[in-house]
Amino acid sequence: MTLAESTPALEEEQPRGSTLGRYLAWKGGGAAISLVMVVVLGFFAFRVLPGDPAINLTRGRRVSAAEVERLREELGLNDPLPLQFVSYLGDLLRGDLGVSYVYNRSVGALILEGLGPTVLLTGSAALISIVLGLWLGQKAGWARGSVFDKSQTGLALVFWSVPTFWLGLILLLVFSGGFGWFPSGGMVTAGTDLRGLALVLDVAHHLVLPVLTMVAVVYAQYLMVMRASVLEEMTSDYLTTARAKGLREDLVRTRHAVPNALLPTVTLIFLTIGGLVGGAVTVETVFSWPGLGYLTFQGLSAPDLPLLQGTFVVFSSIVIVMNFVAELVYRVLDPRLRSS
Amino acid sequence: MTAPASPVSVVRARRRARAAGLWREFVATRSGLIGLLVLAVVIVLALLAPLLVPIETLDVTRVTAGINEPPSAAHPLGTDPSGRDVLGMLLWGARVSLLVGFSATAVSMLIGTAVGMAAGHFSGLTQAVIMRVIDFFLVVPSLVLAIVLSAVLSRGLWTIVIAIGVTSWAATARVVRSQTLTIEARPYIERARALGGGHLHVLGRHVLPAVMPLVLANTTLTVGSAVIAESTLSFLGLGDATQFSWGSMLKRALDTGAATAGFWWFVLPPGLAIVLVVLCFTLVGRALEAVLNPTLRGR
Repeated sequence: MTLAESTPALEEEQPRGSTLGRYLAWKGGGAAISLVMVVVLGFFAFRVLPGDPAINLTRGRRVSAAEVERLREELGLNDPLPLQFVSYLGDLLRGDLGVSYVYNRSVGALILEGLGPTVLLTGSAALISIVLGLWLGQKAGWARGSVFDKSQTGLALVFWSVPTFWLGLILLLVFSGGFGWFPSGGMVTAGTDLRGLALVLDVAHHLVLPVLTMVAVVYAQYLMVMRASVLEEMTSDYLTTARAKGLREDLVRTRHAVPNALLPTVTLIFLTIGGLVGGAVTVETVFSWPGLGYLTFQGLSAPDLPLLQGTFVVFSSIVIVMNFVAELVYRVLDPRLRSS
Repeated sequence: MTAPASPVSVVRARRRARAAGLWREFVATRSGLIGLLVLAVVIVLALLAPLLVPIETLDVTRVTAGINEPPSAAHPLGTDPSGRDVLGMLLWGARVSLLVGFSATAVSMLIGTAVGMAAGHFSGLTQAVIMRVIDFFLVVPSLVLAIVLSAVLSRGLWTIVIAIGVTSWAATARVVRSQTLTIEARPYIERARALGGGHLHVLGRHVLPAVMPLVLANTTLTVGSAVIAESTLSFLGLGDATQFSWGSMLKRALDTGAATAGFWWFVLPPGLAIVLVVLCFTLVGRALEAVLNPTLRGR
């Protein structure tokens, strides 16, 4: 997503003023279709597109024709495609995502292990960048054209142009390699057996650089959205009314303009989760953070197709569900969308 | 009055006058002009790379310099862990990064414009299906999908182009769709239909020219994200290992521990190059947008 599309004027052709039930069904149906598409894509991308998965799976290893044939049988590749699809669906529903052959363990278990660290990393980064971006954005928009506005938008545009992984490398160069203030990777110091508060502090210490990297690249879009959104509200009549009541300028901004300007940003915040996930892949790679992104990277080097398929399906499903939640939150927040 | 002009030449003259006016406005948004000039310099340097730095000098088996040499007169940006000149690699990397950036954007724009126009033009079931597809691609994490595509397809430059193009068109499609809806509500479209114009005629002769300016502004912005996406995929090891790109240089920097070892001359330049190019595309794109979309003016 580029910055330009982050304008708050989201045209949505949802049935306005319909009942909550119909709205839920409409949006839930959409999300369900997307989930089905992810599952189907996960199946076809890894089974049909690359030709013979058995060859792919054994790429770079010396195997006899008989071994390949046994693998084909094992993977069910000799079955007709519809039958393969049904067994794939069945496995998926049971939470069986196959066996990673890099780790030689169940993909489901690997993903469950990686989920916590990823949520911790992206969650903290998202929280900080949303608060920071929205706060700077409303300040900049309110003081449009000022030195503050120009320097903040300029800085945001520069950070937005920075590749996440490179910023990570720079931070490593300066704060880990140079000053030695922070560890160069991982989530806990290797070889230690910390418990309680010491463990929390150790994880937090490891968390600083990755989170900083993500925040720097991500906060720009929230800043730009909030700024544009505040600008939309600037000329509204209700602000004139508020001023006429004799409110101080600060109160006009914080009590009247900002709450209204926040509304369109809600959907966009959730829409950017897909981008956050992308950022997680590179940040976790740079800092060897043991999450889903690092797992994906590990899967790439082999290439470990079951692992990649698993992370793709899980990553995408998380994002789709989050978007569905966003639609619901938006509906609750914006009274105009509720039944009239 | 001058000699009677044919309708075609009148239209041409009007378009030329409008283009000249837009150009003047574009120049007036100084940041856009600066971006354009810097981009021109980068593109010229990338085109001249084979002349400036013969590729033989970057051959690992023929290099004479030591490994990880800090910047010196002979190697203004030092050497990499194989003793190759970093500045030379940087110039050659510009070729791949820009080529992939432009090609992937072309793919993305083609799909985005076609799908967006179709979504705005057709109604009923067709529209519903297209909208679902757009929504899907809008929501699915594009980097993860691009990783999947480049992992299962054979490694290479064009795989990356396709992976980026196929995963980045949805935003364009959405913008084009809403513009198509606005245009098709106008009377002259109804007139074209009444005169017997079919789908292709309406879309090709009336809607397409009207959405083109918007697509153009979007294109410039998308090239920037495509350059970042290229470097990200190369960084993850999905690129063409035989060619230099800014992303693959940074991958090498990570693999060889250049960052923690303090070899800043190998870590900084590729990233700065990416930032410069992407920033320029963003500046040009925003200026174009401001020129073409008057409601954004002064923001």
